[in-house]
Amino acid sequence: MLLCVGMLLVAVPVWAEQRNSTIRIGLPNSLFSGQHVLVSEWGQYFQNKLHRPVKIVTLRMSKDAFVEQHMGRMDFAWIRDYPDTQIRSRIHLLAIPLYKGQPYFNSYLIVPATDTGTTSLLQLETAVFVFADPSANGSYLETRYELLMAGKNPAHFFRKIFFTHSEREVIEAVALQLANAGSVDGSVWDSLAKARPDLTGQTRIIAKSHKYSAPPLVASNSVSKEDYKAMQDALIGMAQDPKGVELLKRLNLDGFIPGDVKMYEQVVKMKQALGE
Amino acid sequence: MKSIFDLSLRYKLPLWGAFLISITVLMVTGSLIMGSYQDIQEDLKVSSSNLARKLAGSLYMPLMEDDIWYVYAMINAQLDDTNIKKLLLPKALLILDNDLRVVVSTSPKTIPMFTEVSRLTPEYGVWVKRIADSQNENVPTFDMQDEKNLYFAAPIIKDGYRLGTLIVVNSKDVLWPNFHHVAQQGGLMGLLVLVILLPITWYWGQRLSRPLVLITERMKMLDSSDPRDLDMDLYSYHDEVGQLFETYRRMLTEQETKKVLEAQIVHSERLAAVGHMAAGVAHEINNPLGGMLTALDTLKSHGEVDPRTAKTIYLVERGLLQIKETVGALLVEARARSRDLEPQDFEDIRSLVLPQAQKKELRLDWRSSIAQSVPLQANQVRQILINLLLNAIQAANQKGLVACSIEVNAAVLHMVVENDGKQLTPEQISHLFEPFSPLSENGHGLGLWVTYQIVQQIGGRILLERNNEHVSFSVTIPFSESTSA
Repeated sequence: MLLCVGMLLVAVPVWAEQRNSTIRIGLPNSLFSGQHVLVSEWGQYFQNKLHRPVKIVTLRMSKDAFVEQHMGRMDFAWIRDYPDTQIRSRIHLLAIPLYKGQPYFNSYLIVPATDTGTTSLLQLETAVFVFADPSANGSYLETRYELLMAGKNPAHFFRKIFFTHSEREVIEAVALQLANAGSVDGSVWDSLAKARPDLTGQTRIIAKSHKYSAPPLVASNSVSKEDYKAMQDALIGMAQDPKGVELLKRLNLDGFIPGDVKMYEQVVKMKQALGE
Repeated sequence: MKSIFDLSLRYKLPLWGAFLISITVLMVTGSLIMGSYQDIQEDLKVSSSNLARKLAGSLYMPLMEDDIWYVYAMINAQLDDTNIKKLLLPKALLILDNDLRVVVSTSPKTIPMFTEVSRLTPEYGVWVKRIADSQNENVPTFDMQDEKNLYFAAPIIKDGYRLGTLIVVNSKDVLWPNFHHVAQQGGLMGLLVLVILLPITWYWGQRLSRPLVLITERMKMLDSSDPRDLDMDLYSYHDEVGQLFETYRRMLTEQETKKVLEAQIVHSERLAAVGHMAAGVAHEINNPLGGMLTALDTLKSHGEVDPRTAKTIYLVERGLLQIKETVGALLVEARARSRDLEPQDFEDIRSLVLPQAQKKELRLDWRSSIAQSVPLQANQVRQILINLLLNAIQAANQKGLVACSIEVNAAVLHMVVENDGKQLTPEQISHLFEPFSPLSENGHGLGLWVTYQIVQQIGGRILLERNNEHVSFSVTIPFSESTSA
């Protein structure tokens, strides 16, 4: 499946406690753009498991700002970036996706297929570079951290950087040669390679990043313990349920595990190293 | 080339017509096609200028935020607008920054980011100037072109702050197939018009030239022995060609009249010469003849002749008298004035010839309007009329018709004698009025000769006319004192 943008949920009014109120789930657009049928079926799946109305929203905004702006509107959310300490108090970690059996994702460094000379990130100085979005704990952070470790200034290494707000469109931008290179979530590239080989065929992977913790699903502080538990069970139980397995397959995931906040400590370190 | 102009009108007129029609159709079709091409260009200009203006307005914010992907999506969407005719769809769009470098284009492969404007078009110098001018002009859109493309540009500007320039590129290559299509349709229409008009022109040319060609041929034949008349039905209008026809006919008539006149003159001169000779011979014979007859008379009165001699004298005398009679007939001379012609003279003549007519059971149609005396010598006119009437009775068919009409008009006596006998042959006509005419079946053939001589001497005219199957002699004798001498 894909990863994405950060989003978050937040404390919720009193009526959220009511058993019959609608559960609201936010999904990052960068992961789910163009997959409305899948999103809708997944929502229906939760509705069946939770016996509650479920409303799923895909949101384009990302990063911490999303958490700030949308707190109070969402009960659960899948975010790209585990939040900073200041706002971490508003949420709880709910679950972490498993990709290839592990709670880690990685990203691919891709260039247009016509570019046969480039073999490493460091050769891309003064290139036009494309990312999905700046909040990703994955590609954007990874790439800049790698440059930093190589002794380069991440802020001025590339000639230009732009964002597509969608992992899939990163691949399109590179295929179009609008960008000289891009960093894309590995799971998105892999799944697209099956569905649209013509598109991924126009790109070439020149490097794969280190593994990094998969983007987490979080719950708002306002969610009751019962709802939190029910939602966590629904997610983790997907791997044991035929419909759940089918959805996981389409999400290109193996399942969900409860996870541990400590998994994101590396992210925090990297951010600190980049001065963020 | 000259030989083309020397061609017969029969070909030249249709060829000219066809040539002019072809040129006209070509010009009209050509101008329609050009008009259509210009319309397309104008449509393109309006469409692309509008697109540039509107898009430039909505590109300001995303460009301000440096959201390249969104900007790309916005301009790229314009290449696939199903609401716009395919022809008017741009080939590419691109955005230049204020340094005239590409910010983003719809064809990043060929026009990547940061491409200098100098790499875009050979006419980039014009571009640079045009875009620079647009900053001062404050125009919403402007356009440029080079060999291959038309460019419609709009500054991306807000509150006087300019982020760059949007350029919509339309390929001229797209115009050509359309132009070709329009040209093909126009050409087909032109061809259709030609197919309709050319035969009409050809027919018209032929029709117009036919009378001219015909009259030219006839004019060539005019000098020949047998000029032919023109059928006026060939051209019944009264325009210049019609007038040409009429003139030709007039010329023809005049020529024929002239020929007849010439023939008459020749004929008259011959008759005059024959008359002179005959008169001369007659005089030469008459003198000794008179002497011989006188000698015979003397011999008969005074001599004692035996019967045998007397018989010989008688035979000689009869022979001489016959010679005298014949010579006398040749020697037509106006005698001294006798008296004026009276109406009664005509009645006398009628009575005179009536028995002859009755013998052949002819109908004698007599019309005389003479009521008083006419100042012409009675004996001459009587001799003329009797000769003509006797000839007519002789020539008329058994139980046929002889008509005689006599009138005076404007001091001229008109007499016409006609009969229903067979027409004269041209050969006969050419020797008419000559002495010892072969026309005469019984008689010495001097009747018409004498008549002609008398008419000539008194200044009249005698003509043979053919009308209504009848042979008709017409005599006109003007009243004149001098002729009676």
